[in-house]
Amino acid sequence: MGNMATQTQFHVLAVDDSLIDRKLIERLLKTSSYQVTAVDSGSKALEFLGLNGESEDEERNSSVESVSAADEDHQVGVNLIITDYCMPGMTGYDLLRKIKQSSSFKDIPVVIMSSENIPSRINRCLEDGAEEFFLKPVKLSDVNKLRPHLMKGITTKNEMQSNSNKRKGSEEIQPPDRTRPRYNELEVV
Amino acid sequence: MRRSSHLTKKNPKPLKRVKPTNKKRLREREKTNPFSFLGQLIPLAKTGLPLWMLGLAADRLRADMNRLLSFLFHQGILDEQFLQLQQLQDETSPNFVSEVVNIYFHESEKLLRNLRSLLMDREFSDYNKMGIHLNQFMGSSSSIGAKRIRNVCLAFRAASDQNNRAGCLSALEVLEHEYCFLKNKLHELFQVLFSLIFLLLHYHFIC
Repeated sequence: MGNMATQTQFHVLAVDDSLIDRKLIERLLKTSSYQVTAVDSGSKALEFLGLNGESEDEERNSSVESVSAADEDHQVGVNLIITDYCMPGMTGYDLLRKIKQSSSFKDIPVVIMSSENIPSRINRCLEDGAEEFFLKPVKLSDVNKLRPHLMKGITTKNEMQSNSNKRKGSEEIQPPDRTRPRYNELEVV
Repeated sequence: MRRSSHLTKKNPKPLKRVKPTNKKRLREREKTNPFSFLGQLIPLAKTGLPLWMLGLAADRLRADMNRLLSFLFHQGILDEQFLQLQQLQDETSPNFVSEVVNIYFHESEKLLRNLRSLLMDREFSDYNKMGIHLNQFMGSSSSIGAKRIRNVCLAFRAASDQNNRAGCLSALEVLEHEYCFLKNKLHELFQVLFSLIFLLLHYHFIC
């Protein structure tokens, strides 16, 4: 499993208010050999990451490497965040925005899950930085799509400019049917 | 086969000990037996009983299980998501399916009670609140593969969107009925599994 220190075992933070869905996503991720932390709200997710809301920029300014992938300098090394969209309080979208606004964590890939197939919602999430949008119930084939995003994080850390060389074509060039909006249903936003 | 050797001996041993050949055949048989995964849950039966008895009973239980599962799938009560749950179960997580199903039962009953008490309230008007419970129920039903329940939830939601209280009430009744039906069928399914466990343990202890 994790031969090369902590880098080959990715750590995924799963956020979902439904206990059943948390159990499911946890099992799906563990089956794929990821380390999993599951929390039931966006605020707990931020807490886990060490984001207290206001002061994260000041706290993290001292750390030169601000990328997130398996960074041992941070309290927690999270390689990917997968979150439900519909949650009481902070939605998955709100969480996405907060992550992308944070200097320390904006490079962590974020994936959104939802039981509703609403193209405008899907579009908005993808435009605002979500890497993928999964329709629930999430399957093993969906979880397999996470790997390229996780690998990209590793290469970003090791070689700052090698993204374009190492990126596997599947993640952006070929949108999977289930996660990308169906174009004939798009509204003009 | 040396089965009759004990008859020719002066002090015949009681038939408690397993003959080595039977043990080996039992293990081989378990590799092709669909219930061999149970070996991780319970000790394997070290039985001296003739294998054909054990095999017949296991086959019958397997047929029961197939019949039940076919029924549930053909009637659209369950869908492929339920099979996905089975696939996620393995040695590191041997109770995954029953754990998830039990969580589903607890949550569902709570949500159904909430829905009923909301709708039975004479002054009910908070369709939003009801929608939250409903979405939760719909989500968890979909996650375990309870297709029919999820579809009834959709109809319920349509009624709720139109603030149609009567429609909501009748949808709730259908929902309660469907939930009871599913719960009974799943209990039946687990009973078949437990019967097999009982069978194996029974032979383990009396032989």
